[in-house]
Amino acid sequence: MDDVKLKKASEHGIQPPLALLAELSHRCPLQCPYCSNPVQLEKKTGELTTEEWKSVIDQAVEIGMHQIHLSGGEPTVRHDLEDIVGHCTKKGLYTNLITSGVLLNPDRLKKLEELGLEHVQLSFQDTESENADRIGGFKGGHEKKLEVAKWVRDVDLPLTCNCVVHRQNIDNLENFIQMALDLDAERVEIAQVQYYGWALKNRAAFIPTPDQLDHATEIVEKARVDLKGKLVIDYVIPDYYAKHPKNCMGGWGRRFLNMNPKGDVLPCHAAETIPHLKFDNVREKSLKWIWENSEAFNIYRGTDWMPDPCKTCDRKEIDWGGCRCQAMALTGDAKNTDPACSLSPLHQEIFSMAADEAKRPPPEFIYRRYGVRFNSPT
Amino acid sequence: MTDILKINESIVPKFPKHVRFRFNKPRKEWVILAPERLVKMDPIAVEILQLVDGEKTVKIIANELSKKFNAPLETILDDVIEMLQDLSDKGFIEENG
Ligand code: SF4
Ligand code: SF4
Repeated sequence: MDDVKLKKASEHGIQPPLALLAELSHRCPLQCPYCSNPVQLEKKTGELTTEEWKSVIDQAVEIGMHQIHLSGGEPTVRHDLEDIVGHCTKKGLYTNLITSGVLLNPDRLKKLEELGLEHVQLSFQDTESENADRIGGFKGGHEKKLEVAKWVRDVDLPLTCNCVVHRQNIDNLENFIQMALDLDAERVEIAQVQYYGWALKNRAAFIPTPDQLDHATEIVEKARVDLKGKLVIDYVIPDYYAKHPKNCMGGWGRRFLNMNPKGDVLPCHAAETIPHLKFDNVREKSLKWIWENSEAFNIYRGTDWMPDPCKTCDRKEIDWGGCRCQAMALTGDAKNTDPACSLSPLHQEIFSMAADEAKRPPPEFIYRRYGVRFNSPT
Repeated sequence: MTDILKINESIVPKFPKHVRFRFNKPRKEWVILAPERLVKMDPIAVEILQLVDGEKTVKIIANELSKKFNAPLETILDDVIEMLQDLSDKGFIEENG
């Protein structure tokens, strides 16, 4: 990479980032087999300190960022979450907590609300306990989440239900939507599993059949009409069966920053799955410097790096060639066209493989844990 | 959440609790912020939304704007209703009360 001079953010005409996804910790009591965290999880000892996070927040505000999503792992494992939330809101960042909920209690939620937290996103693995707890690998989790949702609403915090759907729960889609209504959520986010990291290891267990997907899309479309003005439904369309890939992160290094627990700054939460990327760290460089100069960002900014078919495609500035991490995971080269795209030479092969996996009985989950060893590196 | 809101001149609009209308200094722009949503507001919308305080009715808002810009109340009222309806459909505006 040293032989090519990479263009910087400003040379691409890219504005400062809009939102920061802050992974406060990789620790999490749940073990979802589709977790978006890297397979190599960061330990507690490597995590940024309270003061380091505060400095990051100050820098984020200075460069004009609007929003912060406090995420993980499980952000509430950190005892300084209140400090961090208070600092974000004091500085005027729109502050959102993305949590599994299982470690929360009413007092803590009250405190967070008083500190100005603006919104809570609570994840659900399914709509009934048995399957939900099996997927999350945490007994009693689902019941607890239902309780947490009530506490969130008791302190009048707005709630989004985050529902990751796949072949082992997608038939409950209507129940997910009903659950969100019953819990008095403002919004429900229905996302298909995205296949990298842990999820890729478990793809055969998760990939839905095309029929399941068509049916799901119908349900969402109908519910959107029926519930207009009552419940916002965000639906992340399934990638593998789409014609064109999603406009991943609004383009590499164009809108968002992701920070992992030890302070590495990533263009997206899965970027660590691309082995040759070198990340800069907020312990050494400023956020502003990193956004402008970091090689991990500049390498796939714009369109110069694209090979065919993206290079000559008129959608190249619409979807930016799709997801680099998915291209890496499925083709072995992050530069390749995302195979979710029907123009990718590998699309057909991967599509049939996925459709084939979806037909077979699902294998056992590989749960997200520290120190799991895999035979083949992905 | 409440039922679908139909904006008319006697409604008192306000921002739902999870929706913020803020000025971002470094970027010098007004935005509406909500979870996973970030919408830049054009100058006309900004004029209207700055008057949304959970007390003024749509009519009063339109009135103030019509004076400020020396424009006919009817046209302004239509514009205000149309814009607030659009924002309400997106979940960015609700009725106070
Ligand atoms: S996806 Fe599951 S395991 Fe991963 S951080 Fe969220 S709750 Fe924890
Ligand atoms: S070829 Fe590339 S740019 Fe064109 S639609 Fe597919 S992924 Fe997008």
